Amino acid sequence: MTDVANRPAAPPRRPRGLARGALIAAALLYLGGFLILPFAVVFTQALARGFSPFVDALADPAAVAAIRLTLTVAAIAVPLNLVFGVAAAWAVAKFEFRGKSALLTLIDLPFAVSPVISGLIYVLVFGAHGWFGPWLAAHGVRIVFAVPGIVLATVFVTFPFVARELVPLMQSQGRDEEETALSLGATGWQAFWRVTLPNIRVGLLYGVLLCNARAMGEFGAVSVISGHIRGLTNTMPLHVEILYNEYNPTAAFAVASLLALLALGTLLARAALESHAPELRHASRQAPAQTATRTGAVA
Amino acid sequence: MSTTARSLPFPTRRPRRVLPGFGLTLGYTLLYLSLVVLVPLTATLVKTAELGWGEFWTVVGAPRTRAALALSFSAAALAALINGVAGFVVAWVLTRYEFPGRRLIDALVDLPFALPTAVAGIALTALYAPHGWLGRLLAPLGVTIAYTRAGVVVALIFVGLPFVVRTVQPVLEELDREVEQAAATLGAARARIVARIVLPSVWPALLTGFALAFARGIGEYGSVIFIAGNMPMVSEIAPLLIVTRLEQYEYPAATAIAIVMLSISFFVLLGINALQGWSQRRLGPGGA
Repeated sequence: MTDVANRPAAPPRRPRGLARGALIAAALLYLGGFLILPFAVVFTQALARGFSPFVDALADPAAVAAIRLTLTVAAIAVPLNLVFGVAAAWAVAKFEFRGKSALLTLIDLPFAVSPVISGLIYVLVFGAHGWFGPWLAAHGVRIVFAVPGIVLATVFVTFPFVARELVPLMQSQGRDEEETALSLGATGWQAFWRVTLPNIRVGLLYGVLLCNARAMGEFGAVSVISGHIRGLTNTMPLHVEILYNEYNPTAAFAVASLLALLALGTLLARAALESHAPELRHASRQAPAQTATRTGAVA
Repeated sequence: MSTTARSLPFPTRRPRRVLPGFGLTLGYTLLYLSLVVLVPLTATLVKTAELGWGEFWTVVGAPRTRAALALSFSAAALAALINGVAGFVVAWVLTRYEFPGRRLIDALVDLPFALPTAVAGIALTALYAPHGWLGRLLAPLGVTIAYTRAGVVVALIFVGLPFVVRTVQPVLEELDREVEQAAATLGAARARIVARIVLPSVWPALLTGFALAFARGIGEYGSVIFIAGNMPMVSEIAPLLIVTRLEQYEYPAATAIAIVMLSISFFVLLGINALQGWSQRRLGPGGA
């Protein structure tokens, strides 16, 4: 703990410097113990036995298969939620209709559901004892304990990301520009591609970034539905768990360090986008609360 | 495409919908929402209804279920409380003070949103285990975090950390500091200014952040299971019990616990909405 306290705490400059220094030190201590050290420990553990066990762990066929599956799942889930997010934002932001606030609440629903339950609901629908289970078994389709189930669970947990990023952005932009384009003879699609899309480009990228990070990192939902078949239905987070439970922490942390780098890359890209478009900062930073505001204000 | 064409050609005097695509986008939104979210959730509710009250209460009333639910809720509440206090301090420090590394720290606060929960779980375990960097410092004090209930709280502090900071921070930034300065010129002490002027304005946002962190903590799984020890009746959280029941093919039991958690999350969500409405009335639109 002490090395955290000695971090950048600024020297007091003004008379009120004592309270200020104490508060900064307290904040850094808290963030150090619960945020920065946990992040740092991933890398020190991954490289604890040197570089070659680290590389071996990543070159292992099961690890390669897990990385490939994680990339595949994200490559399916993210575009699906991207198209949905744009469609939902267009409907909600450009038009007035009854039940809009209820719709927004429903879109947010997956965030309120425990990851484990997100996986469970698909087991109940598609599993052997589920609604469609017998029919699927008769037709030789596997969803639970197979890749389609993992994709479905991932789509569920990342469902709101793009939509919640775009809805407030497009609401604030209104529809004047699109209406002008139409009055000048553009078709609806032309107005969307040439007017709307450039306007929401940064927000869209932002939503995709967050959606992707969650899609690649999801553990609970995927764990319930995957069946943990090594080399077949193991994503990177599940592979981390297996290695860790097999008392192979170095390999577990090696795979985990890739996910930690993904998280860091996501935050850096986010910071870069924010410096590009400062108006994004508050719109998305407090997205959960803001969405609650939207719904609460009308409900 | 057909929808876009349909709404265009006959402009009335005051066209209600000038822009095309309403039917297409709303239709797609509702279809996708139903397929991904509504149908599976309904299936869960129907499955529970098949249980009947008797079986439902047998599952929910079982000591192991009650212990797991109690742990999930109390640990989430305690972690959210700690995050409420510490998160306010962090938000204050980030908005009011300039110090080296402030922007970096500001960016890192979101790390728990981006870091996969399984990674957080093994990292926290390595850190707080008896031989870990922090566990080693705490062991002489008689404090054991890893593989106890305290471990559950530590993991939930991690996952809930950004919520309070990110709800309070914008309110602190928008706060009119002239009021504070006026109070100071009138002789009010710093602590009194914070208690009488800053806290009342920040209170709704603080409560919202608390509720969001609490809601997240109830359902959290990945970061907790590595550090908790997972002893039934002692350090077993409710989501883990669902997974255990599923692995034993006891679907009704898993579903019953899930329904209890879903309904409580639903009420927490309603509470958050109500809080937001309250804060809007207090601060005006955009205030929260």
